[in-house]
Amino acid sequence: MKDKMFKYITMLTAILSVVFLFGIIISIFTEGFSVFSKYGFFNFLFGTSWHPTHEPAEMGIFGLIVSSIVVTIGALIVALPLGVGSAIYLSEIANPKLREILKPFIELLASIPSVIYGLFGMAFLAPFIRKVFNLPIGLNAFSASIILGIMVIPIISSISEDAFSSVSKHLKEASYALGANKIETIFRVIFPSAKSGVLTGVLLGFGRAIGETMVVLMVAGGSTAMFKNIFQPVRPMTYAIAAEMGETVVGGMHYSALFGIAIILFIITFISNLLMQMIINKGSN
Amino acid sequence: MKVREIKEFLGINILRSTIIISMVFLILFLLLIFIKGFSVLSLDFLLKAPKNGMTEGGIFPAIVGTFYLTMLSVIIAFPLGVLSAIFLVEFGKPKWFINIIRTAINTLAGVPSIVYGLFGLAVFVTLFNFKVSILSGALTLSILILPIIINSSEEAIKQVPYNFREAAYGLGASKRQVIIKIVIPAALPNILTGAILSVGRAAGETAPIMFTAATFFTRRLPKSIMNEVMAMPYHIYALMTEGSFPEKHVPIAYGTAIVLLMLVLGINLIAIIIRTKMRRNKKW
Repeated sequence: MKDKMFKYITMLTAILSVVFLFGIIISIFTEGFSVFSKYGFFNFLFGTSWHPTHEPAEMGIFGLIVSSIVVTIGALIVALPLGVGSAIYLSEIANPKLREILKPFIELLASIPSVIYGLFGMAFLAPFIRKVFNLPIGLNAFSASIILGIMVIPIISSISEDAFSSVSKHLKEASYALGANKIETIFRVIFPSAKSGVLTGVLLGFGRAIGETMVVLMVAGGSTAMFKNIFQPVRPMTYAIAAEMGETVVGGMHYSALFGIAIILFIITFISNLLMQMIINKGSN
Repeated sequence: MKVREIKEFLGINILRSTIIISMVFLILFLLLIFIKGFSVLSLDFLLKAPKNGMTEGGIFPAIVGTFYLTMLSVIIAFPLGVLSAIFLVEFGKPKWFINIIRTAINTLAGVPSIVYGLFGLAVFVTLFNFKVSILSGALTLSILILPIIINSSEEAIKQVPYNFREAAYGLGASKRQVIIKIVIPAALPNILTGAILSVGRAAGETAPIMFTAATFFTRRLPKSIMNEVMAMPYHIYALMTEGSFPEKHVPIAYGTAIVLLMLVLGINLIAIIIRTKMRRNKKW
C-alpha cells in the first residue's frame, strides 16, 4: 500500500513538468490569440512596422525578428570560433594541469548572470565602441552581438570540450600510428567524430542568444526601424517584450501582441531544442 | 615534410590564440566590474537601504529580496525535482510515458527566461491574483530551475551502483525502502550539488521576476510573501535605465554587480568543489 502510494506520488510530480510546459504554452497562446485574430497571423509575423502605441496601432514584428536574428548571428560569429577553438585546445593540446584549472573556470564563467554582461555592455563597451568607430550611438546591434558573443563563449566551449574529450582514444592513437601529426589528427579525426556534440553546443548557444533578454535590453539600443546596418540601434523580440510590457494594459491589444512575440520566440527555441534532442539521441544510438 | 610542420605549428598557435583571446575577454570583463564597483563597497553598502533617490546608501533590501526569492523557489522546486528524478530512474516505465516527460523537461530547459516571466505574469500575477509579489516571482523561478534539479538528481541517482539496490532487496526491503533508505542517501551529495547550482541560477535571473516580483524601490522590507521586493539583478538594470543621476547610479550598479557576482560565483564554486571532492573520495 505505502509502496504504491510512493510510486504514484513520484509519478504525479514527474507529470508536473508536462503540466507546467502545457501551462506555459496555453497561457501564452491564450493571451496572444487576440492579436492574431485581429491582425491576422501573417500580417503580424511579416508586417514591417512596429508602432503598437500609435493610433491606429501598427503591429508587424518582422523587423523585431530580423533584429533578433542579426544579433544572434553576430554573437555566434564571435563565439563559435573562440568557443570551439578553445575547447579543442583544452581537450587536445593543453597539458592536463592547465585543463584541470581551466575547465571548471569556464563552467564558472557560464554561470555569470546576464544582467552583469548587460551592465558591462552598457556602461563600458558601448561608449568604447562609439568612440572607436565614431558613431552617434554606441548602443547598437554590433555592441549587443559582441556582448552576447562573450556571454555564449563559455557555454559553447564547455559543451564542445565534453564532445572532444569523449572521442575514443583508439581513434586518436590509430591516427598518430599512421603518422599524422596533432593538427591533422584534430581536423581529420577528432573534429569529424565530435561533430554532433559541437553542433549541440552551437544550438544551445543559439537558443541562449536569441532568448536572452537583459543583454539586448541594455545594449541593443531599441530603435524599431528596419535593420540596415550593424552599427544601428535595433529592437530584438525580447527587447520589445521586456521594455514595453510595463506600459501595457492587461488584456489590451499591445499586451496581447507582446504575448504574440513570446509565442514566436517559444516556437523558434522549441524547434532548435528539438533539433538538439534529435542530434543527441542519434549520437547515443 | 616542411609544409606539414608549418601547418602544425600554425594550427596549434591559432587554437592557442582562441583560448587566450576568450580568457582575456572574460577576465577583462570581470576585472572591470571589480575595478569600477570596488569604491562603493563597504559594510554600510551591504547593510543599509538606498536613500536620496538611490544616489546614496546601500542595497540591503535588494539582498534580502534576492534571498527570499531564491530560497522560496528552491524550497518549492527541490522536492518536486528529486521526486520526479526518482520516478524517471527507478520506475522508468512505460517507455513512451517517460519519453513524453523527458521531452517536456528538455523543452522547459530551453524556454527563454522572458517567456517564463510572461507566463508568471499571466498565471500567477493575474489569473491566481497573487499580484506582483515574492510568491509570484518564486513560483515562476521554481519552474525555471525545476529542469536543472531534475537533470542533476537523475544523474546522481543513476550513479548509485546497482549492487546497493540488490543487496537491500536481498535483505527483504521493498522498493520504496530501497529508494528512501539506500539510493537517496547515497546520491544525496550529488543531488545537493545540483540544488546549489540552481540556487545560483535563480539568484541571477532578471527577466522572470521583472513583471512578477521586482520593484525598483521600496523603503520597507517585505513583511509577507505577498509583498513586492527589490532584487539585486533587477536593481542593476533599474539603476542603469531608470535612474536620473547616471554619474551616481553607475558606480552603485557596479557595486551591486560585484555583490551578485560574488554570491553566484561563490555558490557555483562550492558546488564544483563538492563535486570534485566527491569524485576523489568515491567509495564505489
